[in-house]
Amino acid sequence: MSIKRPPAPGDDPKAARREPGRRGARSPLARFLVRRVLTALLLAVGITLVTFVLTNLVPGDPVAANLGQRALGDPAIVAQWRTEHGLDKPLPEQYLLHLRGVVQGDLGTSQQSHRPVLDDLADSVPATLELAGAAILISIVVGVAFGVVAALRRDRFSDHLLRVLSLFGISVPTFWLALTAFYVLFYRLRIAPGSGRIDPGLTPPPHVTGLYTLDAALAGQWDVFSSAVGHLVTPALVLALYTIGLLTRFTRSAVLEVLGQDHVRAGRAKGLPPRVILFRYVLRPALVPVITVAGLAFGSLLSGTVLVEAIFAWPGVGQYAYKSATTLDLPAVMGVGLVVGGVYLVINLIVDVLYGVIDPRVRLS
Amino acid sequence: MTLAISDLKVTLGGREILRGVDLELRAGQVHGLAGESGSGKTMTGLAVLGLLPHGARVSGRITLGERDLLAMTPRQLNAVRGGEVAMVFQDPATSLHPMLTIGRQLTEHMRHHMRLDRRQARARAADLLRQVRIPGAEEALGRYPHQFSGGMRQRIAIAVALACSPKVLIADEPTTALDVTVQAGILRLLRGLCDDLDLAVLLVTHDLGVMSAVADEVSVMRDGVVVETGPRAQVLRDPAHPYTRALLDSLPGETS
Amino acid sequence: MKLPRAWRQPLAITGGVIALAWFVIALSAPLLAPHDPLAQELPRLAPPGPGHWFGTDQLGRDILSRVMYGARLSIPLTLLLVAMSVLVGGLLGAISGYFGKWVDETIMRFADLVFAFPTVILAMVVAAALGASLANAVLAVLVVAWPAYARVTRGLVLGVRQREFVLSGRLLGFSAWRSLRVDVLPNVTGPILVLATLDIGTALLLLSGLSFLGLGAKPPSPEWGAMVASGVEVFDSWWVAAFPGLAILTVVLAFNFLGDTLRDALDPRTARAIKERAL
Repeated sequence: MSIKRPPAPGDDPKAARREPGRRGARSPLARFLVRRVLTALLLAVGITLVTFVLTNLVPGDPVAANLGQRALGDPAIVAQWRTEHGLDKPLPEQYLLHLRGVVQGDLGTSQQSHRPVLDDLADSVPATLELAGAAILISIVVGVAFGVVAALRRDRFSDHLLRVLSLFGISVPTFWLALTAFYVLFYRLRIAPGSGRIDPGLTPPPHVTGLYTLDAALAGQWDVFSSAVGHLVTPALVLALYTIGLLTRFTRSAVLEVLGQDHVRAGRAKGLPPRVILFRYVLRPALVPVITVAGLAFGSLLSGTVLVEAIFAWPGVGQYAYKSATTLDLPAVMGVGLVVGGVYLVINLIVDVLYGVIDPRVRLS
Repeated sequence: MTLAISDLKVTLGGREILRGVDLELRAGQVHGLAGESGSGKTMTGLAVLGLLPHGARVSGRITLGERDLLAMTPRQLNAVRGGEVAMVFQDPATSLHPMLTIGRQLTEHMRHHMRLDRRQARARAADLLRQVRIPGAEEALGRYPHQFSGGMRQRIAIAVALACSPKVLIADEPTTALDVTVQAGILRLLRGLCDDLDLAVLLVTHDLGVMSAVADEVSVMRDGVVVETGPRAQVLRDPAHPYTRALLDSLPGETS
Repeated sequence: MKLPRAWRQPLAITGGVIALAWFVIALSAPLLAPHDPLAQELPRLAPPGPGHWFGTDQLGRDILSRVMYGARLSIPLTLLLVAMSVLVGGLLGAISGYFGKWVDETIMRFADLVFAFPTVILAMVVAAALGASLANAVLAVLVVAWPAYARVTRGLVLGVRQREFVLSGRLLGFSAWRSLRVDVLPNVTGPILVLATLDIGTALLLLSGLSFLGLGAKPPSPEWGAMVASGVEVFDSWWVAAFPGLAILTVVLAFNFLGDTLRDALDPRTARAIKERAL
């Protein structure tokens, strides 16, 4: 739950293996990507194992959670239910069956909805991605801007103000903020639309990506688009507050660190305009640690969706995860774990690629 | 006389770091500025470019031709920096931007100051690399600082400084961070460029050996003032100030 | 490690005062609270007013008294939780860093896996599997909290292990355990302390979040997260959720104020950046 320390902007990540003046025969970027994807696959197998072990070795009994009192009293029904869900086989075999299913795109059937888990996830994942994506965009834009301002105005009023504000941001309980925002903005002031992804009177846009805003724009349905954006703004802002605080603090310290480095002074000695110094000499190196934190922040956004989606009746993975966890719907829980772990891997991959794009030393070593 | 510093005073955090420095640089000459660390020699170099630390207060005059650098607006000063007055820093491992190609670092200020287009700037950048004797200049333009050795990096940093044909070059301990084996090469390069391009060079160093190898004029600083100035032979062989003598005596085998 | 000067700033003082106030409330809730937190003796859903300054909930209980008694639950549990995370994570990290090789690989890969899940989702699954109770919620948070300490401790131990005095101790024939305890431990406490202070807020947010989801404290208990959840049902009566939420906010804020100051005071990087005023 704590944020690991990102690399310092001036650190040379691969200093030990540096080979001056030599380049690989094949494209270094391609090799870099292949290596990352292989690591990611390995971690993916690990994730299936952990979700599986976690959901099987814990004392909760899925039979009790899913069958009624009367059915539980009948051993035949219990046994039949266990066979139906493959729970009568030894655990290693269950895991291998599960793994084979995953590879074939079969995540099992939800014991709650009686639908394939994959279908359930296909419905809920885009909703959450839209919400979390909007929140991370807001966080990065606002957080980086705040952090830069705080660093450049260090120890002045705006720096102190931003420090207090960002600490507030990371201290507010998300679920309470969601409730308060809903109460004030919707119930009292009526400036925000209510719960859900669009106004109840509207039909969702034709399914392309599953992101209502994007789909509505693609279909040219501007009334649906504005409704979807309106419904997205409040929960996204609520979610973003924590990550804005986080990114403000990290950007500030990263920028301060870079400001003290030699190359910035050398850049100023070259007489470059202040704008170029700020973006090319200060912000670019400072973005390396900021990107790490933004990637981790996305994880905390996914956490936040569980709490925010409940309040705003947002039909996303958070709600689905909550329902499946409380009913011990094992296939659904494993499906969520897989999706969430997969998102984490993709985010990590994006972060690594961005590293390589920003810092040639990563790409070329 | 290309650059004249007179009565330069710098206060930082209530402490007077420079207490009235006078220096004169001439075209085609290397002026060595010696002194132990904390004597204010680096501050003098930074003051010329207006790169003093935040909160420093400056008074005095630094005249380049007819203009006083200290009286310039930030915008005017920015046009002089990297243009007429350029600087080479101590450690090329940190003073070059680690994430930009050599070509970019050589051309960005050329294009800004000299209004060159991309092609012209690249051609000139390759010429500059040849001038500082980087092998494979064309190819080197696409590479990054970490792909070069320390000595090569300092040559590149010198090329960056020379890009806009400056009149004055301030070199702050340009050999201190380098291996002894490559120091001589860098010094020879600086000396040669000074002669060929008619540069006025201010060579800041604590190393009197470096000084005796390349300087035409030598100034010795102590506690924020210049205690002695004169031609190299005179200052190093027949020092007038007791502090200079003490500095020289502390060098084994350098007196005589 | 002496930082009297660093502490003399408004943020640290504000944080200290708020935290202290909450400790006092937690310790003397029975004396301070005007009502029994469980007694259903007041009019239902009465707005804040004389006799019940924070209003009453849907069962006619005094919210002010419940918020005060809530401090007796949330604050000690959070501190205990962080202490356990430090202990478990620190120990595993130290073992990992000290013994290296396959021990290190196993523990750290496991930590990586835990890191791969969003905290709330993992904690939620664990809490649901263990059965909803406050103790199980604490365990669930512990499961997601220890890897941070394992990573930090491992890194620090790796750094310290190579130093001369540790090596010479081993050469003198001291056991691995002894050198871990005597040479390594004292060197890693400072950074761990910063991490733990900053983590108190996160732990409380997570713990009350689980209770909010119904996976922690059970109904009559005046736990703040559970109280906010009961406010969702009657969100027309804003005070039911507002005050317990503010209680969480102020406690978390206080520890974040303290932790942030502590980090600035102990982080050499920031200190260096402050010294070199460049732009």
